[in-house]
Order: sequence, then C-alpha cells, then structure tokens
Amino acid sequence: MFGHFDLSVIVDALPYLFAEGMVFTLTLTALAASGGIVLGTGLALLRLSGVPGLTHAAKFYVELMRALPLVLVIFWFYFLVPYLGAWAIGAATPIQVGAFASALVTFTLFEAAYFSEIVRAGIQSIPKGQSAAARALGMSYAQTMRLVVLPQAFRNMLPLLLTQTIVLFQDTSLVYVLSLTDFLGAASKVAQRDGRLVEMYLFAALVYFAVCFAASLLVRRLQARTAIVR
Amino acid sequence: MNYTWNWGIFLEPSPEGAGTYADMLLSGLAWTVLTALCSWVIAFTLGSVVGVMRTLPSRTANAVGAAYVEGFRNVPLLVQMFLWYFVLPELLPARLGSAVKQMPDAPFYTAVLCLGFFTAARVAEQVRAGIRALPRGQAQAGLALGLTWGQTYRAVLLPNAYRILLPPLTSEFLNNLKNTSVALTIGLLELTARARSMQEFSFHVFEAFTAATLLYVALNLVVIAGATLLERRVAVPGGR
Repeated sequence: MFGHFDLSVIVDALPYLFAEGMVFTLTLTALAASGGIVLGTGLALLRLSGVPGLTHAAKFYVELMRALPLVLVIFWFYFLVPYLGAWAIGAATPIQVGAFASALVTFTLFEAAYFSEIVRAGIQSIPKGQSAAARALGMSYAQTMRLVVLPQAFRNMLPLLLTQTIVLFQDTSLVYVLSLTDFLGAASKVAQRDGRLVEMYLFAALVYFAVCFAASLLVRRLQARTAIVR
Repeated sequence: MNYTWNWGIFLEPSPEGAGTYADMLLSGLAWTVLTALCSWVIAFTLGSVVGVMRTLPSRTANAVGAAYVEGFRNVPLLVQMFLWYFVLPELLPARLGSAVKQMPDAPFYTAVLCLGFFTAARVAEQVRAGIRALPRGQAQAGLALGLTWGQTYRAVLLPNAYRILLPPLTSEFLNNLKNTSVALTIGLLELTARARSMQEFSFHVFEAFTAATLLYVALNLVVIAGATLLERRVAVPGGR
C-alpha cells in the first residue's frame, strides 16, 4: 500500500514548498484578513447605521457574497478587476492585473462579508446602555464607536475573528483554480512534475492540519483568557 | 468599459453539440443540486452519529468523535478533494484501485463522498451543541422512565435537538451546496464549471457568470423557503 512511498521527494521539494508556496499563502492570508476586517467593520457599521439606503446596500452586499461559492467569486473578480481598474483610472482598454492582486482583491472583498457578520454580532453584544451613556456624556457617534463600543466588541469577538482567519487560510488554497503557486499549488506542481501525487498531497494535508490544528488550539486558549467575566 | 454585452448568447447552440448555452448551464445546475443532496445524506447521517458520540458518557466515543471532527475540519476542502480523487485509489489494492479510477462519473462519486465526510464534521459540531443545549433533566427523565440510552436519544433528545438545530443546519446545507463548486477541480461539470466553460467557448464572461450568480441566489432562496416551511411543519404545538 505504501510500498512505493518516497520521502525524498518531499525532502527535495521542501525549500520550494515553504519559501515559495507557504510564504505566498501566509502573505495572502495576512493581507486579506487585515483588509477584510477593516472593510467588514465598515460594512457592519453601515448595516447598523439605521440610514435606510446604506443599511440595505450593506445587507445586499453581505447576503450576495454569502450566497455565492468562493470559486465563482474568484472567477468573477479575475475577469472583472481588469475592467474595474480601467474604469477607475479612465483607461479605454482593460488593464493588466496580476493574478496575485486579483486574488487579494477577491479574498478581501469576499471575507469582508463574513467578517462583517462577526463584527455586527460583536457590536450588538455590547449593551445599549453603553452607547447611550457615551452619547449622554456628549461624545459624538464616531467617538462612541471608537472609544466605547468597538474596543469591547473586538475583545469579545477576537476568537471568532481568528477562527475565521483560519478558515481564510484554508480557503486561500482555492487560488489553485487561477494556477497560482500557493502552498497547495506548489505541492501540486511538484506532484505533477515528479508523478508523486500520493506523497505530495498527503504531505500538504499534514502541513495544513498541523498549522490549523495548532492555531485553533491557541485560539481556544486565548478565548479562555480574554473572556470577560460577567 | 468596452465590453460587448449579448444576452441572446444563452439561446445560441453550445459547441458541445447538444442544446444551447442555457441548456449547458441548467445541466450544471442539475449536477450541483444532485451532488449537494447526495452528499448531504452522508453528512447528515454521519454527522449525527459523530455528534451523538461526542455527547455520550464514554471517553472512547468522545475521543473518536473529536478526532474525526478535528481531522476533517483542519484540512482545506480542496486538499481533501485531491486526497479522495488522486491519492485514495493509489492506496487501495491495485485491482480495486484501477477499478475505481475507471468508474464512470468518478468525479461525481468522489465529490459526494468528499463533501459528505467534510460536511459531516460540521454537522457533528452542530448536533453536539444542540444536544448540549437541552436541559440535563431531559436525558435523566428519559433514563428514569426506564428508556435505554439508545431510546432516550431517539425518542427524547434528538427530536428536540433537531428542532433547535434547523436554522444552523440550513446554513450548513447551504455551505455544502456552495462547496460543490470546489469539485470542478476534479472535473465535475457543475454550475460554476459550466459557467466557466461557457466563458471559454463564447467569451461572454459576464453574461455567463451573471446567470450562474442568479441561479445560485435562486437556489439559496429555495432552500431558505423550504427550511422555513419545514420549521413550521415540525414545530411542537404550543412550544416556544
């Protein structure tokens, strides 16, 4: 069953897998998570703003993104971003956008929808009295959010945001459909070049498992430590 | 934007010979629905078993259940898809392995198994949470009445837990439906794959993707409407 298993294939590919693939995966995850959280917070604030047009627009965006498979969204943006870019800078023809930039835009916009739901729940978990008290003290809406509501909300939702980032880390493997060299893409290229699918895919699975499992254990510990005793 | 729209493209014959581009997308939709339904059967059954295992007083059952959930939750779906499709047949005894590889519709069966086992881990977590959410007195009352553990689960705990779980399970069902698109990487001709090939044949990328988007949104709405109906049907009269 494992008679032909050749560990040296994996060992030889290690520098490529990690220096190229894993670095790409981690960069994409970190950038998309930061962008997604910022944009998601914006969406959540719009959705809770109570201004009719804004609330509905934010809701429509979030629900639409959540109704679509990520693979379809990746294709959408891969073809759409050159046109959007051309429109933004007023060029006559679609501009050239690298696959990495396109993937980054996709993941940021897509994950923003999921992050915004977490942030929205986080904001709603803060008792109304807090913002009422802040407003009564004379703080503006922005000050209330920045100084009173968001710091507590982020503390409450930190474990969920990190868990969603682990999901994002796994989802970045779907850039495979754009033939990008993320960790799985690198493993897949070596697998096909050397005809060693069994070794490479099992190793990739093992690495993903180790990273995600360790990260989720850390999140669980963090959750126990940061929980606010009520 | 100098993109030439042509919504009539859907009525033009597709280069595959049979039918129009619209037929092509609809056949993709059918595969998406079929894959989602078949894999949900596995996910729901296996997920319920694993979820129940995690609430049993037995340590072994707990550990097995936890290992299952962690294993399937911490490896990306795409990697799991490749493991089922490329790796598993190699690890089987040679004759069985080559029989599996030559099976017609192999991408479909692979996708069903892969999604079923993947989603089962998520369903298991929901089922566990649902059973945990019930007051402890329910299980105790069941046992005190002389029901066995099996009977307590079947007649008391699970019927209550599933009612609480309808909304989260609906969203798991929708996730499973959307995840079928990952199977395009192993050659399943589902909706996203069909939209993609329509784009390659006709160059009308945005029409193709808009149609696929609308079909996915419609599927979501149908599922949500169905879940609402089901929730009303199974609600305990006089319950909360």
